[in-house]
Amino acid sequence: MADTAFTNATQILEPFKGVKKVTIEEYFTSGHRTCQGCESALVMKLMVKAAGPRTIVLGSTGCMYVANTTYYTTPWVVPWMHTQLGSSGSAALGTSAGLKALMRKGKMKSEPINVIAFCGDGGGADMGLGAISATLTHKEYNSLILLYDNESYANTDIQLSGSTPYGANTTFSPPGSVKRIIHTRWKKNTAGMLAAGHPECRYVATVDASYAVEMMNKVRKALTIGGPTFIHSLDPCPKGWDYDPMLSHELGELAVETGVFPLYEVEDGVVRHYGKTKAIVEGRPRKPVREYLLKQGRFAHFTEEDLEYFQAKVDEMWDKWEIPGVIPFWKERPGTK
Amino acid sequence: MAVETKPAGAVADHKEMLISGSEACAEALTLADLDVVTAYPIRPYDTVMQAIAKKIANGQLEAEYIVAEGEHSQFEIVKHASTVGARVFCGSSGVGWMYAMECLTVTPPLRVPMVCMVGNRALDDPGAFGVEHNDALVVRDLGWLLIWVDTAQEMLDTTLLAYRIAEDRRVFLPIAISADGAFLTHSQAICQVPSRGLVDKFLPRYDRGDLLLHPDNPITVAPQANEDWVIEIRRQNDEAMKRATAVIDEAYADFRKVMGRGPENPWFEEYMTDDAEIILIGMGTISLPMKVGIRNMRAQGKKVGLIRPRWFRPFPTERMVKALSKASAIGVIDRDYSFGSPFNSGVVANEIRAALYNADKRPPLLSFICGLGGREVTLEDVAKAADMCYAAAKAGKSDPKTHWLGVRE
Repeated sequence: MADTAFTNATQILEPFKGVKKVTIEEYFTSGHRTCQGCESALVMKLMVKAAGPRTIVLGSTGCMYVANTTYYTTPWVVPWMHTQLGSSGSAALGTSAGLKALMRKGKMKSEPINVIAFCGDGGGADMGLGAISATLTHKEYNSLILLYDNESYANTDIQLSGSTPYGANTTFSPPGSVKRIIHTRWKKNTAGMLAAGHPECRYVATVDASYAVEMMNKVRKALTIGGPTFIHSLDPCPKGWDYDPMLSHELGELAVETGVFPLYEVEDGVVRHYGKTKAIVEGRPRKPVREYLLKQGRFAHFTEEDLEYFQAKVDEMWDKWEIPGVIPFWKERPGTK
Repeated sequence: MAVETKPAGAVADHKEMLISGSEACAEALTLADLDVVTAYPIRPYDTVMQAIAKKIANGQLEAEYIVAEGEHSQFEIVKHASTVGARVFCGSSGVGWMYAMECLTVTPPLRVPMVCMVGNRALDDPGAFGVEHNDALVVRDLGWLLIWVDTAQEMLDTTLLAYRIAEDRRVFLPIAISADGAFLTHSQAICQVPSRGLVDKFLPRYDRGDLLLHPDNPITVAPQANEDWVIEIRRQNDEAMKRATAVIDEAYADFRKVMGRGPENPWFEEYMTDDAEIILIGMGTISLPMKVGIRNMRAQGKKVGLIRPRWFRPFPTERMVKALSKASAIGVIDRDYSFGSPFNSGVVANEIRAALYNADKRPPLLSFICGLGGREVTLEDVAKAADMCYAAAKAGKSDPKTHWLGVRE
């Protein structure tokens, strides 16, 4: 029944050589109800534009489910299916394994089909971390897991997650008269953790849709390289971060220029910094974090002390980490021998 | 009183194998050309996954075999494999099945025809390996088809039937086949294993039709729905479950025709019920002590019979009521519990009561709980249950209290 012998090959998706060479077809179009200025919706559009039509998308519960795909409408022009909050890893793996089984056994026509499962920071880096980790060990199944990080459980009305920045105002961490800062945890280093923890995973990358062509090219690389891959996208969120919607693009740039969010990829174990992050690693001064934080209402309650603490932690990422911005291992601690 | 049995010899186009319930399931899955299976260890179901691994390693079965990192992922993975058209199998026991619960909930409304084996096991806490039926019963409201089997042969046959029924487009619902932990999963019996040729005549290919997830079919599956559509979606599931009854009858009729063997009544096994005064009811391997106990009582002149329900969902209400109408009293022995339920009865007892509520003939019904956590159901337990039923038959009514048999008070 098979027309061609099965090879487990991926599609060859060449990088776009600049914004004017980006394909014009949209595979994420009208039919969603996301907020004005929603960066994650832009990420969805760019992700599937980069992937093209021979793609199956699995969307775990979150803003990009509830705000995006409400019966009787859908913005997706590719086959799309819901999956559970903590299931993006399983959805990617199961879809890929199902296709492989059928193609190998000649029960369906062999062709490389992109499998992309997306998750938010809550569903991915918290609840579904175990499932994503498992999928990244299965080098024989091709997939991309894309985590869109708006730094909260945004869909359920902005509750803090393990990816929420220190001190942020969320509905689970409101600044009050007795406790000004409830959320004292530092953000998980998800992309670095996954890259370090899965030696046979060929591609892990961070992206920021303010640098859209780079983001799309990383998606293409992830889909072409073979095996399970992971991309972490930082998505400014007007509702959760509390700012005028027109500032999403600018905040995406400031996150990188302050060094708060690093742009890099780990391809077959080789770390490459990108764009303004690369410049920072090479010595360019970072913008002070307060330029980024104080444009967001969620940090409006911050004192000078809070800003200094935040700045010091970000300084460590670039001044102390062995692999700057990627892995929090220090060569040595001051005062120890 | 022992009953002498002689081996019958292989049925035409079958071979005989001495295999456990789990191994019998693996034989059926091999014949069904399973595509994707996920495994995660928990006693006592995991012997089926071990048996499947051997089949794959020895080249008898070609399938993607994925070891998950937990039951939630285990079930989610095959759920998704099914949506792109792969024939899938999964399974668990006890709290493992509970860990998968979110996936178990969404599989029926997604119309994913997953076939699973539940190696019935007591739920924690305490951690216990012995058989109880509550694990599988937990999904009884959600749209799963549920069946209890009591022999390795029945396990093998039911696995083949399950794919035929679940993958029928009129149904497209998941099926859980319950096998008592240890007593069935691990005990061996001679089974008639059909040839691949026979199975191919009986079991068509899985065809997901217009619901297939594929780039040529850009559908959106399971978008978020609000109060304007949810009840209609639920109603579709209700209709599918109702259609399952006819599909089950058809499937068994075809099975008998192709295989040259098989039960006339898919819904329940009747043992010595033709002239029974007392009918006892029990699911799963409890049938063994019950049948031996019944033969002993028959030798004493007591006309006791057994109905062993197979299909629990869909519940064969009319047929069950008809079969029970001849009894002077009914004794339901639940190998499960439902704390705080009406009369604090087990699940099966209350379902039978509900089935009988509108019947013309409603014999007195006694509810028993026995054999929890793998505790042996003894011949004394069975005799006591039957005697209490006789007392109720004589009085013409029953005390609705639930009786726990074999408990150290």
